Amino acid sequence: MAPILQINNLFKSYGTVEILKDINVSIEQGDFLVLVGPSGCGKSTLLNCIAGLEPITKGNLSIGGQDMTHVSPKDRDIAMVFQSYALYPTMTVAKNITFGMKVRGIDQAIQDQKLEHVAKQLQIEPLLHRKPAQLSGGQRQRVAMGRALVRDPKLFLFDEPLSNLDAKLRVEMRTEIKALHQRLGASMVYVTHDQIEAMTLATKIVVMKGGVIQQIGTPSEIYNRPANQFVADFMGSPAMNLIPVKTRKNGKGTEIEIARGNGEPITLVDTQNTDLPADVILGVRPEDIADAALHRGGDTQEADCLIDIVEPAGADTFAVMQLGGNHVTARLHSETGAVAGQNLRLAFDLGKVSYFAADTGERLN
Amino acid sequence: MTDMSFTPSQSGNRSGKIVLRWALYIMLGVFALFYLMPLFVMVMTSIKSLDEIRTGDLISLPREVTFDAWRTAWSGACTGIQCEGMKPYFWNSVLIAIPAVFISTLVGAMNGYVLAQWRFKGANIFFALMLFGCFIPFQVVLLPMARMLGLMGLAGTISGLIFVHVIYGLGFTTLFFRNYYVSIPSELTKAAKVDGAGFFRIFWSIFLPLSLPIIVVTVIWQFTQIWNDFLFGVSFSQAGTQPVTVALNNIVNSTTGVKAYNVDMAAAIIAALPTLLVYVIAGKYFVRGLTAGSVKG
Repeated sequence: MAPILQINNLFKSYGTVEILKDINVSIEQGDFLVLVGPSGCGKSTLLNCIAGLEPITKGNLSIGGQDMTHVSPKDRDIAMVFQSYALYPTMTVAKNITFGMKVRGIDQAIQDQKLEHVAKQLQIEPLLHRKPAQLSGGQRQRVAMGRALVRDPKLFLFDEPLSNLDAKLRVEMRTEIKALHQRLGASMVYVTHDQIEAMTLATKIVVMKGGVIQQIGTPSEIYNRPANQFVADFMGSPAMNLIPVKTRKNGKGTEIEIARGNGEPITLVDTQNTDLPADVILGVRPEDIADAALHRGGDTQEADCLIDIVEPAGADTFAVMQLGGNHVTARLHSETGAVAGQNLRLAFDLGKVSYFAADTGERLN
Repeated sequence: MTDMSFTPSQSGNRSGKIVLRWALYIMLGVFALFYLMPLFVMVMTSIKSLDEIRTGDLISLPREVTFDAWRTAWSGACTGIQCEGMKPYFWNSVLIAIPAVFISTLVGAMNGYVLAQWRFKGANIFFALMLFGCFIPFQVVLLPMARMLGLMGLAGTISGLIFVHVIYGLGFTTLFFRNYYVSIPSELTKAAKVDGAGFFRIFWSIFLPLSLPIIVVTVIWQFTQIWNDFLFGVSFSQAGTQPVTVALNNIVNSTTGVKAYNVDMAAAIIAALPTLLVYVIAGKYFVRGLTAGSVKG
């Protein structure tokens, strides 16, 4: 079967400013694609291009196997949920949801039936006769979803739909969108700047920066094997620790030397990655640095480190120290004995580390 | 506004505040009286008989109320050689103002909608030029417009005057609607596009229903401009198509012999009544609409 969405060599520019450069993405039926990146990276523009709301400068795009490069939005068989919800202010909720069908001249009986179905699905039946101004943020969000769902399109597009909600509601709606995706088996493209949303929702993530795709992969690929320093830094909270280190070959593998401002350098030995340049950036996730006293099992190497700051966060405690001239965060068990200003023996797990070239920032291993 | 500075905790200042408040009311009252004075004189004069006007005081109440002057002004006063009163000219003005207001408002709404929501290359220059149109004095366009109307075969007709007022009003109506629509998020248009609606459908179903406040502002503005216009009316009309303002001038200025002040006053009030009525009915929307762009929510 043809991919539900295929984008080939897409370029988009406003005048001389290139917003999107050589975008190539394809997703299969049922995929949940998340476009993620800092603001101004072009992710929303890309979504608007997919919707047909922005013309493409170069390249082509097909939805459901049909070329849609120059097709108008209404004929692309898509539905879209906007950041501001974009509900029609003078229409009731019911009219908002059925507007698309009314425009397309669909039979009134079918409209009513679909409206009822969607209203039940989203639990918005009591709201149907209200105007958008009389709804709370979460309710508006639901209505906006309803307007998309009722169309039963080939492809759903979401433009930062949760960013206007408060933190608690955002998490609830996130779960609900995920459940909806699983229940419908629909194909979705979702734009967000929130990397946690990206990780939790996606079956496939596209990380973008400056109009260029940095990496495409499953959430676990993106998290565990970031393609470059930018992705490593952007995905994950707290971010991956990026430490400039010196490497030296020895008999068993590669010696990694981490400089410290206040004392002896730490030397770790990586037996898996043996072919590294002398100067590299070592990428370690905070959870791969543990409190040696509480750590059991695993192939780890230990070193004493001076802890600068201790941040208890409930389930975890974060310890911040200075290594290789950078702040390094360790995610420790909440029962850790870490005290700010004192040394703590830490266990480094080199099994999942990343190495990046010091000059280009590209992944080396 | 004064309420905002009033806090109950400052009870020591309370009496001072009350004095201030009354001073404010008295001042406002004096100004209101001052501005109402001419209207009062007009109304009083119009319901007095000529004899009483000659002998009496300008601001005194009439000894005997008579509406003869009103009757004469409406249907008997002479405008030059014809003596049909204001009536035919009043209807001319209605026939000019209503279509001109309607067309200029509708086209202005459409222009504003395009300039705000369907941006095209050069939209800003286009808008700047339309704005420029607002500042061209009437006198400048008189000759070219006369030539235009002649070429179009509309010289001296009601349609010609409608045309002139629509053209001259478009700058303002476009400005009003464009500034109103520019504050409406473009995502609304995008959502409607994805929903399958086209240019006109989005305008009719989504933007026009949102526009009541600005429509009221535009209608009041345009109606006042067009109804009160004298220069275009006197330049581009001929006997039989003159608007009420021109008729008023003729009644007041072309009488010979004794000046019928009561008739003049009644005629002036008749000419001013429609705009007054529009303000009274829609005034509160006018203020609301003017500030709609600046205050959100």
